[in-house]
Amino acid sequence: MHEVRFHGRGGQGAVTSAELLAQAAIADGKSAQAFPSFGPERRGAPVIAFARVADAIIRNRTAISEPNIVIVLDPSLLRLVKVNQGLKEGGLIVVNSSKSLEKVREEFGFKARLVVVDANHIAREEIGRVITNTTMLGAMLAAEPMVEQKTLEAALEKRFGRLAPKNISAFRRAQREAVISDAV
Amino acid sequence: MERRIGMEASIAMAEAVGLCDADVVSAYPITPQTHIVEHLSELVANGELDANFVPVESEHSAMSVCCGSSAAGARTYTATSSQGLALMHEILFIAPALRLPIVMAVANRSLSGPISIWNDHSDIMAERDIGWIQVFVENAQEAIDLTIWSFRIAEDKRVSLPTIVNFDGFILSHMIEPVLMPDREQVQDFLPPFEPLQRLDIDNPVSMGPVGIPDVYTEAKYVQHKLLTDAYGPIVETFGELEKHFGRKYRPVETYRADDADVLLLTMGALGETAMTAVDERRKRGQKVGLIKLRLFRPFPYKDLLNAIGDKPVLGVMDRAVSFGGPVGPVASEVKAALFSARKHPLVPEFIVGLGGRDTSIADFHSIFDDLFEAAERDTTPDPRFVGLRE
Repeated sequence: MHEVRFHGRGGQGAVTSAELLAQAAIADGKSAQAFPSFGPERRGAPVIAFARVADAIIRNRTAISEPNIVIVLDPSLLRLVKVNQGLKEGGLIVVNSSKSLEKVREEFGFKARLVVVDANHIAREEIGRVITNTTMLGAMLAAEPMVEQKTLEAALEKRFGRLAPKNISAFRRAQREAVISDAV
Repeated sequence: MERRIGMEASIAMAEAVGLCDADVVSAYPITPQTHIVEHLSELVANGELDANFVPVESEHSAMSVCCGSSAAGARTYTATSSQGLALMHEILFIAPALRLPIVMAVANRSLSGPISIWNDHSDIMAERDIGWIQVFVENAQEAIDLTIWSFRIAEDKRVSLPTIVNFDGFILSHMIEPVLMPDREQVQDFLPPFEPLQRLDIDNPVSMGPVGIPDVYTEAKYVQHKLLTDAYGPIVETFGELEKHFGRKYRPVETYRADDADVLLLTMGALGETAMTAVDERRKRGQKVGLIKLRLFRPFPYKDLLNAIGDKPVLGVMDRAVSFGGPVGPVASEVKAALFSARKHPLVPEFIVGLGGRDTSIADFHSIFDDLFEAAERDTTPDPRFVGLRE
């Protein structure tokens, strides 16, 4: 089972990311859950959202405290939040940063498998706004293809309507441009 | 044909109400019930559900509107939570006394104070004796199925009583998960049109809810008690009908790996799923634990419960609310009352779990199972334990 934690800021679409991932997994015939952190949320404040994806039926109503994947939608959160808190052995961190992978590793001391993508840049060019959720899903899928490409794109289409093509472009470009490295 | 889709439990429940063609929805929004009511108001506004959506200024008014519309013969739905349910309190008793088959979802949440918007069963445990049929669900599929079923049982002429579907706030209400959503035709095959026992009608006037003088009040209350108790038969029968139409089986008391278990734990609501995962882990270690899941809380299924317990030596009971200064766990108290008439009864250790949104982990359930095995070994009932309590 994959347990994914999304870190974002209120309004950046962390909750939507979790939902899109779960919708794609369900369309693939898998079992999945997506849920927000329960409580008040404010635009701009750090927020988290969660997803579980598994082949077998999921029977679990607990919070995700030991994710195997962490996705950081906003570069500024790296300094504010210990994003790798509870990350499982062998886990994956996916970070939005304009810095090089080596630099991110060094600056934040990440030892785990790491993906870095300049999602702000990609989102600005492809979507025209720095909303990075769909871009970051692309970066994650490049390292951990837990759902089918076409079902996730179908989920994007359903969710974003006329804005879908731009989001799909950003999603695909992030898959190409994501820099992936093994744990150190 | 059913469609397999991913959907938030609250939205799924609202969709189910739409498939049931509710005539009147009256509700006041309160966390974590909000998404149900928002979605229903959208369905009505978009013309997808031909219903009157009556916005009100409080839950007291919501339940008052529901009583009025149900009395007029309209299929009536509402949803609430926590303080909202508490504010309905005095009107909640009116609905069953007038035999009004209102269906209500309660997104179970703690009560203030301290102020808490998070999940436990404090709200509904305070409304134990309102005279409504009450069921609990564990997941979004059950929320859909038992919402549809609730209209059927509530409107069954042998019953004609209001019905509550309890579903845990946030940990279920805000969860997107896979469901099989039935279509309108399937639902309409299962759910006949609403024919009230009697209705408010200006051409054929009746009086509902007059004064119950001392000469009739006792009889009125006896009849009400008997009706709710006797609803058990139609409940089991309509669970059977539900299974015939939708293929999913529901029972007043359900079990999980209980037959050969050495110790049992009783759960109610969505945490039963986490408990199942903990049971599976325990079984892999060769330790025989099993679950009893209380699906039907009112009418209380005494016989089914005793049958499920059998001659097991230990039955832990999980409670998600506190009966202060009294029996501690309200569900445990009911279970013990049920066991009192049994010739032989198990030890009943009590566990207060997941108050006010405190996360209840698989490890928490393992700690409960540890206590159950220890109780069996020592042949002694431990004091009630608040699981995860910080000293």
